[in-house]
Amino acid sequence: MAEFNLPKNSRLVEGKTWPKPAGANNLREFRIYRWDPDGESNPRVDTYFVDLDDCGPMILDAIIWIKNRIDPTLTFRRSCREGICGSCAMNIDGTNTLACTKGMDEVSGAVRIYPLPHMPVVKDLVPDLTRFYAQHASIEPWLKTETPAPEKEWRQSPSDREHLDGLYECILCACCSTSCPSYWWNGDRYLGPAALLQAYRWLIDSRDEATGDRLDNLEDPFRLYRCHTIMNCSNACPKGLNPAKAIAEIKKMMVARQV
Amino acid sequence: MSQQSSSSLRTPLGRVRGLGAAKSGTDHFWKSRVTAVANVPLTIAFVVIMLMLSKRDYAGAVKLVGQPLVAILLLLFIGSATYHMRLGMQVIIEDYVHSEGKKVALLMLNTFFAIAVGLASAYAILKIGFAG
Repeated sequence: MAEFNLPKNSRLVEGKTWPKPAGANNLREFRIYRWDPDGESNPRVDTYFVDLDDCGPMILDAIIWIKNRIDPTLTFRRSCREGICGSCAMNIDGTNTLACTKGMDEVSGAVRIYPLPHMPVVKDLVPDLTRFYAQHASIEPWLKTETPAPEKEWRQSPSDREHLDGLYECILCACCSTSCPSYWWNGDRYLGPAALLQAYRWLIDSRDEATGDRLDNLEDPFRLYRCHTIMNCSNACPKGLNPAKAIAEIKKMMVARQV
Repeated sequence: MSQQSSSSLRTPLGRVRGLGAAKSGTDHFWKSRVTAVANVPLTIAFVVIMLMLSKRDYAGAVKLVGQPLVAILLLLFIGSATYHMRLGMQVIIEDYVHSEGKKVALLMLNTFFAIAVGLASAYAILKIGFAG
């Protein structure tokens, strides 16, 4: 059956409460998931206090501040700090989102931070996204043509180009796929919202000549049809995209070629 | 389940591709939509017929069910509803039951159950319709 309880060695325990920074009087409490692959111990939740007078406004600013000032062992991914690389995706205040674009003022009370749900954890807030990237690769996200390439470029009308809006902006942060219960239960066979949104991005590209092959590749009870329109993906997407709609459009294409 | 053996040397892409696309699924999706649409008027008809039955004694109830229009509506409802039930339960089993043996057994039982319930209900209506 689906796992509704965490295995014993994954159960969270209360961790360390780090001392408050001396002399600070504008403090914010952070409760952060910690797990060290080198030890035998269970994951724990550590408590930190961030001096808001010494720190930027975003959640990412705060965890960088913690790493620099309190605990250098705190491990997380980050790069661009402006919502374009997708590295700092994590579960903040119960929602998958990007730490760099989520403001501390958007969260009330202590800020709770966990890694993206239901993925193997490499360390602390770093999930193993190997399978997620392989799923993206499996939809073959590149232009496929058989017509000999034109001298200059494959042309596309402005209105055809508009079909790609809301799709090409995906940064593959994995917030959507890891928020999807269907992906939690069947992530080994269901491609998940991120890969399917990208699949649709190539399915409706007017320049692509492999639409039928792409649909054949998705025609599967698990790869595509595990989507039950739960819509967590669209709620979670920090870029405001709508993977659920893209998946519904794929299903419509599937029906359209049969009915 | 989604657990991947860390000792397996199979590539991530190889695992994701797995046994390939089943080349089916749309039929199941479409049939569940068709029966869902059919269930809307048929369920209303079924509820109305049940309310009418609740106000009758046994002889009156048998007479009502024996009427061709009522019997046909009930048969259509049973056909559509049990088919829809089978499709829906199949999805739930595929979602949540991950041991292959248990899954296959439950998928079979699901089909048997839907057919048995549908056939028993249809038999009862036909018996009343043809034998009174």
